[in-house]
Amino acid sequence: MPILTAKGIHKSFGGEEVLKGISLSVEKGEVLAVIGPSGSGKSTLLRCITQLETVDNGEITVCGDTLVTTGPDGSASYSSRAVCSRIALRMGLVFQNFNLFPHFSVLRNITEAPVCVLGKPKGEAEAKARSLLAKMDLSDKENAYPCQLSGGQQQRVSIARALAMDPDILLFDEPTSALDPELTGEILNVMRSLASEHMTMVVVTHEMAFARDVADQVIFMADGSIVEQGTPEQVFVHAQNERTRAFLARFNQP
Amino acid sequence: MSYTVLLLQMLDASLMTLRIFFVTLIFSLPLGLLAAAGRMSRFRAIRIPVSIYILLMRGTPLMLQLLFIFYGFKPIFGIQFNRVPAAEVAFILNYAAYFAEIFRGGIAGVPRGQREAAKVLGFTRGQTFFRILLPQVIKSILPPMSNEFITLVKDTSLAEVIGVVELLKVTSDWVSSAVSMVPFAIAGVFYLIMNAVVTRCFGAAEKHYSYYR
Repeated sequence: MPILTAKGIHKSFGGEEVLKGISLSVEKGEVLAVIGPSGSGKSTLLRCITQLETVDNGEITVCGDTLVTTGPDGSASYSSRAVCSRIALRMGLVFQNFNLFPHFSVLRNITEAPVCVLGKPKGEAEAKARSLLAKMDLSDKENAYPCQLSGGQQQRVSIARALAMDPDILLFDEPTSALDPELTGEILNVMRSLASEHMTMVVVTHEMAFARDVADQVIFMADGSIVEQGTPEQVFVHAQNERTRAFLARFNQP
Repeated sequence: MSYTVLLLQMLDASLMTLRIFFVTLIFSLPLGLLAAAGRMSRFRAIRIPVSIYILLMRGTPLMLQLLFIFYGFKPIFGIQFNRVPAAEVAFILNYAAYFAEIFRGGIAGVPRGQREAAKVLGFTRGQTFFRILLPQVIKSILPPMSNEFITLVKDTSLAEVIGVVELLKVTSDWVSSAVSMVPFAIAGVFYLIMNAVVTRCFGAAEKHYSYYR
Protein backbone atom coordinates (compact mmCIF):
# COMPACT_ATOMS: atom_id res chain seq x y z
CA MET A 1 0.00 0.00 0.00
CA PRO A 2 1.40 3.42 -0.90
CA ILE A 3 2.13 5.80 1.98
CA LEU A 4 0.87 8.77 0.06
CA THR A 5 -1.47 8.98 -2.89
CA ALA A 6 -2.94 12.01 -4.56
CA LYS A 7 -5.52 11.86 -7.30
CA GLY A 8 -6.69 14.69 -9.53
CA ILE A 9 -5.61 17.54 -7.27
CA HIS A 10 -6.94 20.88 -8.45
CA LYS A 11 -6.10 24.20 -6.88
CA SER A 12 -6.77 27.75 -8.04
CA PHE A 13 -5.69 31.05 -6.60
CA GLY A 14 -8.04 33.87 -7.55
CA GLY A 15 -9.26 32.23 -10.72
CA GLU A 16 -5.82 31.11 -11.84
CA GLU A 17 -5.48 27.37 -11.84
CA VAL A 18 -2.07 26.41 -10.41
CA LEU A 19 -2.69 22.67 -10.06
CA LYS A 20 -4.60 21.09 -12.92
CA GLY A 21 -5.28 17.57 -11.78
CA ILE A 22 -2.12 16.21 -10.18
CA SER A 23 -1.92 12.51 -9.33
CA LEU A 24 0.97 10.76 -7.69
CA SER A 25 1.75 7.87 -5.42
CA VAL A 26 4.67 7.31 -3.07
CA GLU A 27 5.57 3.92 -1.64
CA LYS A 28 7.18 3.39 1.73
CA GLY A 29 10.91 4.05 1.61
CA GLU A 30 10.69 5.70 -1.77
CA VAL A 31 12.16 9.07 -2.73
CA LEU A 32 10.03 11.14 -5.09
CA ALA A 33 11.66 14.15 -6.68
CA VAL A 34 9.43 16.86 -8.12
CA ILE A 35 11.22 19.07 -10.63
CA GLY A 36 10.10 21.75 -13.02
CA PRO A 37 10.34 25.46 -13.74
CA SER A 38 9.42 28.07 -11.14
CA GLY A 39 5.70 28.72 -10.98
CA SER A 40 4.82 25.25 -12.16
CA GLY A 41 2.92 24.48 -8.94
CA LYS A 42 5.47 22.22 -7.24
CA SER A 43 5.46 24.08 -3.96
CA THR A 44 1.70 24.49 -4.01
CA LEU A 45 1.41 20.74 -4.40
CA LEU A 46 3.54 20.18 -1.28
CA ARG A 47 1.56 22.80 0.59
CA CYS A 48 -1.68 21.03 -0.30
CA ILE A 49 -0.31 17.71 0.89
CA THR A 50 0.87 19.23 4.17
CA GLN A 51 -2.45 21.06 4.70
CA LEU A 52 -0.96 24.53 4.47
CA GLU A 53 -3.36 25.03 1.57
CA THR A 54 -6.70 23.39 0.93
CA VAL A 55 -7.35 21.77 -2.41
CA ASP A 56 -10.34 22.73 -4.58
CA ASN A 57 -10.98 19.13 -5.40
CA GLY A 58 -9.21 15.83 -5.67
CA GLU A 59 -8.24 13.09 -3.29
CA ILE A 60 -5.31 12.72 -0.89
CA THR A 61 -4.74 9.58 1.14
CA VAL A 62 -1.96 9.10 3.69
CA CYS A 63 -1.24 5.69 5.21
CA GLY A 64 -4.79 4.56 4.49
CA ASP A 65 -6.38 7.67 6.02
CA THR A 66 -8.29 9.89 3.64
CA LEU A 67 -7.39 13.54 4.09
CA VAL A 68 -9.65 14.88 1.41
CA THR A 69 -11.86 13.51 -1.28
CA THR A 70 -14.12 15.04 -3.88
CA GLY A 71 -17.61 15.40 -2.48
CA PRO A 72 -20.84 14.70 -4.37
CA ASP A 73 -21.07 18.37 -5.37
CA GLY A 74 -17.63 18.22 -6.97
CA SER A 75 -15.85 20.31 -4.32
CA ALA A 76 -13.29 19.13 -1.82
CA SER A 77 -14.58 17.34 1.24
CA TYR A 78 -12.08 17.20 4.08
CA SER A 79 -12.09 14.57 6.79
CA SER A 80 -12.77 15.40 10.42
CA ARG A 81 -10.34 17.57 12.29
CA ALA A 82 -9.08 14.55 14.24
CA VAL A 83 -8.20 12.67 11.05
CA CYS A 84 -6.59 15.76 9.52
CA SER A 85 -4.34 16.28 12.52
CA ARG A 86 -3.48 12.59 12.68
CA ILE A 87 -2.38 12.85 9.06
CA ALA A 88 -0.48 16.07 9.71
CA LEU A 89 1.54 14.30 12.40
CA ARG A 90 2.63 11.67 9.89
CA MET A 91 4.31 14.32 7.77
CA GLY A 92 7.33 16.47 8.29
CA LEU A 93 8.04 19.49 6.13
CA VAL A 94 11.36 21.18 5.53
CA PHE A 95 11.00 24.71 4.23
CA GLN A 96 13.10 26.66 1.80
CA ASN A 97 13.62 29.37 4.43
CA PHE A 98 14.07 26.97 7.36
CA ASN A 99 11.46 28.76 9.50
CA LEU A 100 13.20 27.90 12.72
CA PHE A 101 11.79 29.55 15.84
CA PRO A 102 14.25 32.39 16.45
CA HIS A 103 13.50 32.76 20.17
CA PHE A 104 14.25 29.11 20.96
CA SER A 105 17.66 27.52 21.23
CA VAL A 106 18.54 24.83 18.71
CA LEU A 107 17.68 22.13 21.23
CA ARG A 108 14.33 23.69 22.11
CA ASN A 109 13.48 24.13 18.43
CA ILE A 110 13.70 20.37 18.17
CA THR A 111 12.09 19.38 21.48
CA GLU A 112 9.22 21.86 21.62
CA ALA A 113 6.84 19.97 19.32
CA PRO A 114 7.53 16.47 20.69
CA VAL A 115 6.94 17.79 24.23
CA CYS A 116 3.95 20.06 23.55
CA VAL A 117 2.24 18.18 20.76
CA LEU A 118 3.09 14.53 21.40
CA GLY A 119 3.34 14.91 25.18
CA LYS A 120 6.76 13.25 25.35
CA PRO A 121 8.69 13.65 28.61
CA LYS A 122 11.23 16.44 28.29
CA GLY A 123 14.21 14.21 29.04
CA GLU A 124 13.25 11.73 26.38
CA ALA A 125 12.68 14.48 23.82
CA GLU A 126 16.05 16.01 24.62
CA ALA A 127 17.85 12.70 24.33
CA LYS A 128 16.30 12.16 20.93
CA ALA A 129 17.09 15.73 19.88
CA ARG A 130 20.73 15.26 20.88
CA SER A 131 21.03 12.08 18.87
CA LEU A 132 19.50 13.85 15.86
CA LEU A 133 21.89 16.77 16.30
CA ALA A 134 24.79 14.32 16.42
CA LYS A 135 23.55 12.82 13.20
CA MET A 136 23.40 16.30 11.67
CA ASP A 137 26.90 16.98 12.94
CA LEU A 138 25.65 19.82 15.12
CA SER A 139 26.24 18.45 18.61
CA ASP A 140 28.16 21.55 19.66
CA LYS A 141 25.29 23.87 18.66
CA GLU A 142 22.47 22.73 20.90
CA ASN A 143 22.54 25.91 22.97
CA ALA A 144 23.02 28.25 20.03
CA TYR A 145 20.20 30.36 18.64
CA PRO A 146 19.20 30.10 14.97
CA CYS A 147 20.59 33.57 14.21
CA GLN A 148 24.05 32.35 15.19
CA LEU A 149 24.04 29.54 12.63
CA SER A 150 24.87 29.45 8.93
CA GLY A 151 22.07 28.73 6.49
CA GLY A 152 23.23 25.16 6.07
CA GLN A 153 23.32 24.62 9.82
CA GLN A 154 19.87 26.14 10.19
CA GLN A 155 18.51 23.85 7.52
CA ARG A 156 20.03 20.83 9.24
CA VAL A 157 18.37 21.89 12.49
CA SER A 158 15.08 22.17 10.67
CA ILE A 159 15.51 18.67 9.27
CA ALA A 160 16.24 17.45 12.81
CA ARG A 161 13.17 19.30 14.04
CA ALA A 162 11.01 17.52 11.46
CA LEU A 163 12.59 14.13 12.21
CA ALA A 164 12.01 14.54 15.94
CA MET A 165 8.31 14.06 15.29
CA ASP A 166 8.99 10.62 13.74
CA PRO A 167 7.16 11.35 10.53
CA ASP A 168 6.26 8.62 8.06
CA ILE A 169 7.06 10.96 5.19
CA LEU A 170 9.43 13.86 5.03
CA LEU A 171 8.64 16.55 2.49
CA PHE A 172 11.17 19.11 1.31
CA ASP A 173 10.19 22.38 -0.33
CA GLU A 174 13.27 23.49 -2.26
CA PRO A 175 15.47 22.88 0.79
CA THR A 176 18.63 24.22 -0.82
CA SER A 177 17.29 27.18 -2.79
CA ALA A 178 18.25 29.68 -0.08
CA LEU A 179 21.78 28.30 0.24
CA ASP A 180 25.04 28.86 -1.57
CA PRO A 181 26.55 25.91 -3.48
CA GLU A 182 28.83 24.82 -0.66
CA LEU A 183 26.02 24.71 1.90
CA THR A 184 23.75 23.08 -0.67
CA GLY A 185 26.11 20.12 -0.79
CA GLU A 186 25.93 19.82 2.98
CA ILE A 187 22.12 19.54 2.92
CA LEU A 188 22.06 17.19 -0.05
CA ASN A 189 24.42 14.86 1.80
CA VAL A 190 22.06 14.78 4.76
CA MET A 191 19.17 13.99 2.42
CA ARG A 192 21.19 11.29 0.70
CA SER A 193 21.90 9.62 4.00
CA LEU A 194 18.21 9.81 4.94
CA ALA A 195 17.37 8.18 1.61
CA SER A 196 19.86 5.42 2.28
CA GLU A 197 18.05 4.78 5.59
CA HIS A 198 14.85 4.35 3.54
CA MET A 199 13.14 7.48 4.79
CA THR A 200 10.13 8.14 2.59
CA MET A 201 10.67 11.53 1.02
CA VAL A 202 9.03 13.92 -1.40
CA VAL A 203 11.54 16.49 -2.56
CA VAL A 204 10.70 19.58 -4.58
CA THR A 205 14.03 20.65 -5.93
CA HIS A 206 16.05 22.39 -8.59
CA GLU A 207 19.00 20.09 -7.87
CA MET A 208 18.83 17.90 -10.95
CA ALA A 209 21.82 15.76 -10.03
CA PHE A 210 20.20 14.96 -6.71
CA ALA A 211 16.92 14.05 -8.39
CA ARG A 212 18.72 11.86 -10.91
CA ASP A 213 20.98 10.09 -8.44
CA VAL A 214 18.85 9.74 -5.34
CA ALA A 215 15.20 9.65 -6.40
CA ASP A 216 13.36 6.43 -7.15
CA GLN A 217 10.69 8.35 -8.99
CA VAL A 218 10.81 11.72 -10.73
CA ILE A 219 7.92 13.97 -11.63
CA PHE A 220 8.40 16.87 -14.03
CA MET A 221 5.76 19.53 -13.62
CA ALA A 222 5.02 22.50 -15.84
CA ASP A 223 2.11 24.95 -15.72
CA GLY A 224 0.28 23.02 -13.03
CA SER A 225 0.35 19.65 -14.75
CA ILE A 226 2.55 16.61 -14.58
CA VAL A 227 4.30 16.46 -17.93
CA GLU A 228 6.59 13.53 -17.33
CA GLN A 229 6.72 10.91 -14.64
CA GLY A 230 8.88 7.84 -14.16
CA THR A 231 12.23 6.59 -13.00
CA PRO A 232 15.14 9.03 -13.16
CA GLU A 233 16.33 7.25 -16.27
CA GLN A 234 12.96 7.57 -17.99
CA VAL A 235 12.73 11.27 -17.20
CA PHE A 236 16.33 12.35 -17.57
CA VAL A 237 17.48 10.15 -20.41
CA HIS A 238 14.37 9.12 -22.32
CA ALA A 239 12.02 12.03 -21.79
CA GLN A 240 9.01 11.70 -24.08
CA ASN A 241 7.79 15.25 -23.87
CA GLU A 242 9.35 18.17 -25.69
CA ARG A 243 8.79 20.44 -22.67
CA THR A 244 10.78 18.10 -20.44
CA ARG A 245 13.61 17.81 -22.92
CA ALA A 246 13.79 21.58 -23.25
CA PHE A 247 13.90 22.02 -19.48
CA LEU A 248 16.55 19.36 -19.02
CA ALA A 249 18.62 20.40 -22.03
CA ARG A 250 20.77 22.77 -20.05
CA PHE A 251 21.34 20.26 -17.30
CA ASN A 252 22.09 17.38 -19.65
CA GLN A 253 24.71 19.31 -21.55
CA PRO A 254 28.15 17.95 -20.78
CA MET B 1 3.57 77.69 51.93
CA SER B 2 5.20 74.70 53.54
CA TYR B 3 7.22 72.64 51.12
CA THR B 4 7.06 69.63 53.38
CA VAL B 5 3.29 69.61 53.30
CA LEU B 6 3.31 70.26 49.57
CA LEU B 7 5.71 67.41 48.87
CA LEU B 8 3.82 65.00 51.12
CA GLN B 9 0.58 65.84 49.36
CA MET B 10 2.20 65.48 45.96
CA LEU B 11 3.67 62.13 46.90
CA ASP B 12 0.28 61.02 48.08
CA ALA B 13 -1.30 62.21 44.85
CA SER B 14 1.40 60.40 42.89
CA LEU B 15 0.06 57.17 44.35
CA MET B 16 -3.23 57.90 42.61
CA THR B 17 -1.35 58.62 39.39
CA LEU B 18 0.47 55.29 39.74
CA ARG B 19 -2.75 53.51 40.61
CA ILE B 20 -4.40 54.72 37.41
CA PHE B 21 -1.25 53.83 35.48
CA PHE B 22 -1.07 50.24 36.74
CA VAL B 23 -4.79 49.50 36.74
CA THR B 24 -4.95 50.75 33.17
CA LEU B 25 -2.07 48.52 32.07
CA ILE B 26 -3.30 45.42 33.88
CA PHE B 27 -6.64 45.55 32.13
CA SER B 28 -5.92 47.26 28.85
CA LEU B 29 -3.03 45.02 27.75
CA PRO B 30 -5.10 41.80 27.75
CA LEU B 31 -8.11 43.69 26.41
CA GLY B 32 -5.94 45.13 23.66
CA LEU B 33 -4.70 41.66 22.74
CA LEU B 34 -8.29 40.47 22.58
CA ALA B 35 -9.28 43.47 20.47
CA ALA B 36 -6.36 42.80 18.14
CA ALA B 37 -7.62 39.25 17.71
CA GLY B 38 -11.11 40.59 17.06
CA ARG B 39 -9.80 43.12 14.57
CA MET B 40 -8.10 40.28 12.66
CA SER B 41 -11.03 37.88 12.93
CA ARG B 42 -12.32 36.07 9.88
CA PHE B 43 -15.85 36.93 10.97
CA ARG B 44 -17.25 40.30 9.95
CA ALA B 45 -19.64 40.19 12.90
CA ILE B 46 -16.61 40.42 15.20
CA ARG B 47 -14.25 42.44 13.04
CA ILE B 48 -16.58 45.33 12.30
CA PRO B 49 -17.73 46.13 15.86
CA VAL B 50 -14.13 45.90 17.07
CA SER B 51 -12.98 48.22 14.29
CA ILE B 52 -15.68 50.71 15.25
CA TYR B 53 -14.62 50.54 18.89
CA ILE B 54 -11.00 51.23 17.93
CA LEU B 55 -12.05 54.11 15.69
CA LEU B 56 -14.15 55.66 18.48
CA MET B 57 -11.40 55.37 21.07
CA ARG B 58 -8.62 56.65 18.86
CA GLY B 59 -10.76 59.16 17.02
CA THR B 60 -12.13 61.16 19.97
CA PRO B 61 -10.25 63.02 22.70
CA LEU B 62 -9.44 61.03 25.83
CA MET B 63 -10.63 64.01 27.86
CA LEU B 64 -14.01 63.84 26.17
CA GLN B 65 -14.17 60.11 26.93
CA LEU B 66 -13.42 60.80 30.60
CA LEU B 67 -16.14 63.42 30.77
CA PHE B 68 -18.59 61.20 28.94
CA ILE B 69 -18.07 58.20 31.19
CA PHE B 70 -18.29 60.27 34.37
CA TYR B 71 -21.13 62.63 33.45
CA GLY B 72 -22.80 61.00 30.46
CA PHE B 73 -23.39 57.43 31.63
CA LYS B 74 -25.97 58.39 34.25
CA PRO B 75 -28.54 59.98 31.90
CA ILE B 76 -27.95 57.42 29.12
CA PHE B 77 -27.31 54.08 30.83
CA GLY B 78 -28.35 54.89 34.41
CA ILE B 79 -24.85 54.09 35.68
CA GLN B 80 -23.01 56.53 37.89
CA PHE B 81 -19.34 55.73 38.32
CA ASN B 82 -17.33 57.19 41.12
CA ARG B 83 -14.55 59.49 39.97
CA VAL B 84 -11.65 57.08 40.17
CA PRO B 85 -13.38 54.07 38.59
CA ALA B 86 -14.70 56.36 35.85
CA ALA B 87 -11.18 57.48 35.11
CA GLU B 88 -9.90 53.91 35.13
CA VAL B 89 -12.62 52.68 32.80
CA ALA B 90 -11.92 55.52 30.38
CA PHE B 91 -8.19 54.92 30.40
CA ILE B 92 -8.58 51.16 30.01
CA LEU B 93 -10.96 51.45 27.06
CA ASN B 94 -8.84 54.13 25.41
CA TYR B 95 -5.46 52.47 25.84
CA ALA B 96 -6.75 49.03 24.90
CA ALA B 97 -7.62 50.46 21.48
CA TYR B 98 -4.09 51.76 20.94
CA PHE B 99 -2.57 48.54 22.29
CA ALA B 100 -4.81 46.55 19.95
CA GLU B 101 -3.30 48.28 16.94
CA ILE B 102 0.22 47.80 18.25
CA PHE B 103 -0.42 44.10 18.87
CA ARG B 104 -2.00 43.76 15.45
CA GLY B 105 1.04 45.28 13.80
CA GLY B 106 3.34 43.04 15.83
CA ILE B 107 1.39 39.90 15.00
CA ALA B 108 1.26 40.78 11.32
CA GLY B 109 5.01 41.36 11.40
CA VAL B 110 5.88 37.81 12.41
CA PRO B 111 6.91 36.01 9.22
CA ARG B 112 4.21 33.76 7.82
CA GLY B 113 6.60 30.82 7.88
CA GLN B 114 6.57 30.77 11.68
CA ARG B 115 2.87 29.99 11.72
CA GLU B 116 3.28 27.46 8.92
CA ALA B 117 6.15 25.67 10.64
CA ALA B 118 4.10 25.50 13.84
CA LYS B 119 1.09 24.19 11.98
CA VAL B 120 3.04 21.46 10.23
CA LEU B 121 4.57 20.40 13.56
CA GLY B 122 1.07 19.97 14.94
CA PHE B 123 0.88 22.84 17.41
CA THR B 124 -2.67 23.93 18.20
CA ARG B 125 -3.65 27.50 17.43
CA GLY B 126 -3.36 28.41 21.10
CA GLN B 127 0.10 26.85 21.44
CA THR B 128 1.21 28.54 18.24
CA PHE B 129 0.08 31.90 19.51
CA PHE B 130 1.40 31.75 23.04
CA ARG B 131 4.60 29.78 22.47
CA ILE B 132 5.71 30.77 19.01
CA LEU B 133 4.16 34.08 18.01
CA LEU B 134 3.64 36.08 21.21
CA PRO B 135 7.28 36.04 22.40
CA GLN B 136 8.34 37.35 19.01
CA VAL B 137 5.53 39.91 19.00
CA ILE B 138 6.54 41.23 22.41
CA LYS B 139 10.10 41.74 21.26
CA SER B 140 9.06 43.63 18.17
CA ILE B 141 6.49 45.90 19.84
CA LEU B 142 8.67 47.08 22.72
CA PRO B 143 9.56 50.42 21.10
CA PRO B 144 5.97 51.49 20.27
CA MET B 145 4.84 50.13 23.65
CA SER B 146 7.35 52.28 25.50
CA ASN B 147 5.85 55.31 23.76
CA GLU B 148 2.39 54.35 24.95
CA PHE B 149 3.50 53.67 28.52
CA ILE B 150 5.22 57.04 28.71
CA THR B 151 2.20 58.79 27.26
CA LEU B 152 -0.01 57.00 29.79
CA VAL B 153 2.01 58.34 32.72
CA LYS B 154 1.40 61.86 31.45
CA ASP B 155 -2.21 61.22 30.36
CA THR B 156 -3.19 60.27 33.92
CA SER B 157 -3.18 64.02 34.54
CA LEU B 158 -6.30 64.29 32.38
CA ALA B 159 -8.25 62.63 35.20
CA GLU B 160 -8.16 66.03 36.83
CA VAL B 161 -11.11 67.12 34.67
CA ILE B 162 -13.45 64.77 36.51
CA GLY B 163 -12.04 65.73 39.88
CA VAL B 164 -9.76 62.77 40.54
CA VAL B 165 -7.19 63.84 43.09
CA GLU B 166 -4.03 62.91 41.27
CA LEU B 167 -0.71 64.66 40.91
CA LEU B 168 -1.73 67.48 38.60
CA LYS B 169 -4.94 68.22 40.51
CA VAL B 170 -3.09 68.63 43.79
CA THR B 171 -0.45 70.69 42.04
CA SER B 172 -2.85 73.12 40.41
CA ASP B 173 -4.78 73.52 43.66
CA TRP B 174 -1.54 74.53 45.34
CA VAL B 175 -0.63 76.87 42.53
CA SER B 176 -3.93 78.74 42.77
CA SER B 177 -3.97 78.97 46.56
CA ALA B 178 -0.30 79.79 47.08
CA VAL B 179 0.09 81.87 43.92
CA SER B 180 3.41 80.19 43.13
CA MET B 181 4.63 78.39 40.07
CA VAL B 182 7.00 76.18 42.04
CA PRO B 183 4.54 73.28 42.43
CA PHE B 184 4.30 73.03 38.63
CA ALA B 185 8.04 72.61 38.37
CA ILE B 186 8.01 69.97 41.08
CA ALA B 187 5.16 68.12 39.35
CA GLY B 188 7.20 68.13 36.16
CA VAL B 189 10.08 66.52 38.03
CA PHE B 190 7.69 63.89 39.46
CA TYR B 191 6.44 62.92 36.00
CA LEU B 192 9.97 62.94 34.69
CA ILE B 193 11.15 60.55 37.39
CA MET B 194 8.27 58.15 36.73
CA ASN B 195 9.03 58.14 33.02
CA ALA B 196 12.73 57.69 33.62
CA VAL B 197 11.80 54.50 35.46
CA VAL B 198 9.50 53.42 32.62
CA THR B 199 12.27 54.08 30.10
CA ARG B 200 14.75 52.05 32.11
CA CYS B 201 12.35 49.15 32.37
CA PHE B 202 11.90 49.11 28.61
CA GLY B 203 15.64 49.31 28.13
CA ALA B 204 16.03 46.28 30.35
CA ALA B 205 13.28 44.43 28.48
CA GLU B 206 14.91 45.15 25.13
CA LYS B 207 18.18 43.89 26.48
CA HIS B 208 16.47 40.77 27.79
CA TYR B 209 15.11 39.99 24.32
CA SER B 210 18.31 40.86 22.50
CA TYR B 211 19.61 37.29 22.66
CA TYR B 212 18.06 36.39 19.33
CA ARG B 213 17.65 37.65 15.77
